[in-house]
Amino acid sequence: MRGDRRVVVTGLGSVTAAGAGRDALWADLLAPPSPGHRPVDGWDATPWMDRAAIRHTDRCTQLAVAAAELAVSDAGGAKTLTASGRPEHAGVVLGTALAGVTTMERQSLVREARGDKRVSPFVVPMIMPNAAAAAVSQRFNWQGPCETLTTACSSGTHAIAAAARLIAYGICDTVLTGGTEAAAYGTVLAGFRNMRALSGTGRTRPFDSGRDGFTVAEGAAALVLEAEDTAQARGARILAEVLGAASTADAYDVTMPLPDGSGAARCMDLALRDAALAPSDVAQINAHGTGTLQGDLAESRAVQRIFGGDGPPVTSAKGATGHVFGASGALEAVAVVLSMTHRLIPPVQGLTDPDPELAPGLDLVRGKPRPWTPGPVLSSSFGFGGHNGCLVLGPAGA
Amino acid sequence: MSDAVFETVRSCAVEVLQVAPEEVTMEADFTDHLGATSLTLVELVMAIEEACSVDLPDDGVESVRTVRDACELVRARI
Repeated sequence: MRGDRRVVVTGLGSVTAAGAGRDALWADLLAPPSPGHRPVDGWDATPWMDRAAIRHTDRCTQLAVAAAELAVSDAGGAKTLTASGRPEHAGVVLGTALAGVTTMERQSLVREARGDKRVSPFVVPMIMPNAAAAAVSQRFNWQGPCETLTTACSSGTHAIAAAARLIAYGICDTVLTGGTEAAAYGTVLAGFRNMRALSGTGRTRPFDSGRDGFTVAEGAAALVLEAEDTAQARGARILAEVLGAASTADAYDVTMPLPDGSGAARCMDLALRDAALAPSDVAQINAHGTGTLQGDLAESRAVQRIFGGDGPPVTSAKGATGHVFGASGALEAVAVVLSMTHRLIPPVQGLTDPDPELAPGLDLVRGKPRPWTPGPVLSSSFGFGGHNGCLVLGPAGA
Repeated sequence: MSDAVFETVRSCAVEVLQVAPEEVTMEADFTDHLGATSLTLVELVMAIEEACSVDLPDDGVESVRTVRDACELVRARI
């Protein structure tokens, strides 16, 4: 990655329908889910927040705070991370696509039924997209940059890239990054259904010939990124390294990807250049793979453009996790690091019969996890609006 | 003096401000003793209006400091 400092991953946290923590996510990636959307049923924020804070935050902020707590704890705890006494060198960069939209919908119904005077005075700080990042910075008293990135379903990936650059360029020593989403509700679900993006069978089947769209999930995923020098100085356990990142726009259509995959391919190419790697160095692709007809076709063409007909193994987490929109890139980055830790590539859940229309040469991991010697991984995310984001993550100490 | 009004104000304060019922005395100051902020005070007044089925005037609400003030404001409207 361009910049003067290497950027390492020292902590992981996630909260999804499968539960809280990295073990729950890893188990989830290895088993097919039950059909249907994947909200975080029975969500209880009280282990992480007091009741007053819970009343005044959207669920997406609560999930982000929980994931951030888990990641910081995984990295050794907030006290350890700010032991250098430089909270102004610790930052937060989170991604979200739809932020407090559920609170907005509920409050709109209150207003419609009972008038302006019954709208919560907290509605604005609850719905604003930066609410989750702000809550995390307050929680840890981290006073460096605190920002929110929103590029639809590529938000999480772009957030991690932005966070890594804050470290690579010497602005921060530590950044809590990731993504959060809690929009599996009401009008958002109806809108996705009516645009024919949701799976009628309730299964996300990336790259399968029978794929019919995605299922919607809620969740948050967080990573603690640190400068390699300060992480080593404190004796941190290093899980992985952020080797490169890139961002491009299709400049084509608000929902449809460029059919030839050229915009996504350019992003993959730039990310590999940022990492100073050749396509042949890549040991795994963690695809966006949403299970939509056009999206998977375009992504397969992008992969073929960069890797030819002999690329590395390809997996997609969404067959297991469902689509967490703005958190998906972060959740998948966590999945990539877990893949390195466990030396296994989880299969594409829901994939039984690869679509013959896909560009040739995709080595899709299916059926069962594939034993793997960790190497650089390309993780891609694409969002409505034509946003493309790619990260290159490498194993620790490579 | 209606204890019912005090009990309603107390239950609203317990819910909105997340304080223990015994902390909510007539003399308790919402900001100094019960941790209210400008926004939670607005939320509290909304809860009291709902619970007591009254519409409290904005200028009266702005002068509320204690639980007693809130109770008197409600009693003046019912």
